Amino acid sequence: MDPLWAVGQFAGMVLDMVRGLADVKVWLPRTVDESWRIGVGSLFIVLLISSFTGGVTALQAGYQFTGNIPIYVVGSLVTESVVLELGPVLVGLILAGRIGARYAAELGTMRVTEQIDALESLGRAPSSYLLIPRVLACLLMIPVLVVIADFVAVGTGWIMAKSTLGISNQDFAYGARVYWHPLDGWYSVIKGFFFAGAISLISCYRGFTTKQGAEGVGRSTTGAVVTSSILILLLDVVLAKLILKPK
Amino acid sequence: MIEIRHVSKRFGAQVVLDGVDLTVQDGETLALLGPSGTGKSVLLKAIIGLIRPDRGEIIVDGQHVAKLKHGALSKLRATIGYVFQNGALFDSMDVFENIRLGLTDEQQFNDMTYAHERASECLRLVNLNPDVSKKMPADLSGGMRKRVGIARAIAGKPKYVLYDEPTSGLDPVNSDIIDALMTRLKDELGVTSIMVTHDVRGSFRTADRIALLTGGKIVAIGPPDEFKESEVPEVRAFLERDFDLAPL
Ligand SMILES: Nc1ncnc2c1ncn2[C@@H]1O[C@H](COP(=O)(O)OP(=O)(O)OP(=O)(O)O)[C@@H](O)[C@H]1O
Ligand SMILES: [Mg+2]
Repeated sequence: MDPLWAVGQFAGMVLDMVRGLADVKVWLPRTVDESWRIGVGSLFIVLLISSFTGGVTALQAGYQFTGNIPIYVVGSLVTESVVLELGPVLVGLILAGRIGARYAAELGTMRVTEQIDALESLGRAPSSYLLIPRVLACLLMIPVLVVIADFVAVGTGWIMAKSTLGISNQDFAYGARVYWHPLDGWYSVIKGFFFAGAISLISCYRGFTTKQGAEGVGRSTTGAVVTSSILILLLDVVLAKLILKPK
Repeated sequence: MIEIRHVSKRFGAQVVLDGVDLTVQDGETLALLGPSGTGKSVLLKAIIGLIRPDRGEIIVDGQHVAKLKHGALSKLRATIGYVFQNGALFDSMDVFENIRLGLTDEQQFNDMTYAHERASECLRLVNLNPDVSKKMPADLSGGMRKRVGIARAIAGKPKYVLYDEPTSGLDPVNSDIIDALMTRLKDELGVTSIMVTHDVRGSFRTADRIALLTGGKIVAIGPPDEFKESEVPEVRAFLERDFDLAPL
């Protein structure tokens, strides 16, 4: 496929969605349903991955920071690496697989079984019925999931640091605070927001433009996961460059 | 009125429609016959703007389909019921919700009492028990799915109905019921329709005119009696099932 043509097609889809925003009565209830679906549905995997990440980060920090570096630095390291990088990126990558694959497969199947055509034939806009709810639900829920992941990962990191390194609550809390900028929390949320946009838009686009039966659905699904994962990594670099200015 | 003027459509190198001209008058039922793969479904989809012709124009109710803006196209589509060849039911919704989406009038759509009544009514019209409204499409038989598709298409009392093989895959009794339904929609509600079908005999009974699409063109068109007697070679070949089998 001609990449330039694909970009045009993608832009057309986004434009359609902007136009579809006028249909509040259509997309609002569906967005609520969809948010609930992805929020609750992703909670377990997000809790799982964030508790492991936090714990392991604390263990490794302890491994590296022995000797004459003050122990409270473990608190700083766990908090900063989770909030700035690990929380949002790992959640983003996991959800690219979980949500991205589902959206691409759902929409792709609807495309090849003519359900999207059927919706249009009834004078109903697929953007308001199918795309806007999915994209908004991601934009809403993924940052929330990232924040949950941050808290859980720092929490398990704390517990792990306490039980294996014997760091006191005061030291961990001091370390967590001493290098903390107010921007850091926002940065995590902003990353979640951008990753949500990448996952939802890419997977909706891939699903929506699926061709050729079951094989096409498979292609769209893997394509959606791979493309949105790569985009997440690229956005990670770009956002760090743009937002995190060295002091 | 549906006017199709010189419509051409190709997919890659394959020319599917090659200058189709066809007019369907208000209140008329036109049967569109043609061998499998000649572009009957493509033509129907072009009429509601799901496929954009490369050349030519399609005018429905006085409006150029390809030139319509989003809102106007949606409005026009709301007046056209489309029966998909493979049903195309929304498989994440039950039968009731499927038919309810066919209520293209927002007020009717939001009035749950009316929606339930109308869904049951439409199900009865296609000879289905209203109880199936709680089932999911995946739990229906092929013929039931087809009939739910018809029920969805007519739920909003459209002015036009485009049927893509409404009776294929149905048993003879249900075929006759659908044929009778199409006739009633025409007689009682003045519906204008195009019916793509492989049921030649059925189409002679229900259609006002019959057209044959082959080689990307309408090669013959006329009332059933005339069509039957047509001397056009393609018509003779089609009606007499004149074909050669490739050797095994
Ligand atoms: N989206 C598409 N992309 C590429 N080719 C297509 C597409 N849609 C249809 N075609 C081709 O156009 C031709 C006509 O298809 P169409 O579905 O209109 O046939 P048909 O007359 O409805 O046949 P049948 O009676 O079997 O349903 C076929 O050769 C098909 O391969
Ligand atoms: Mg067909």
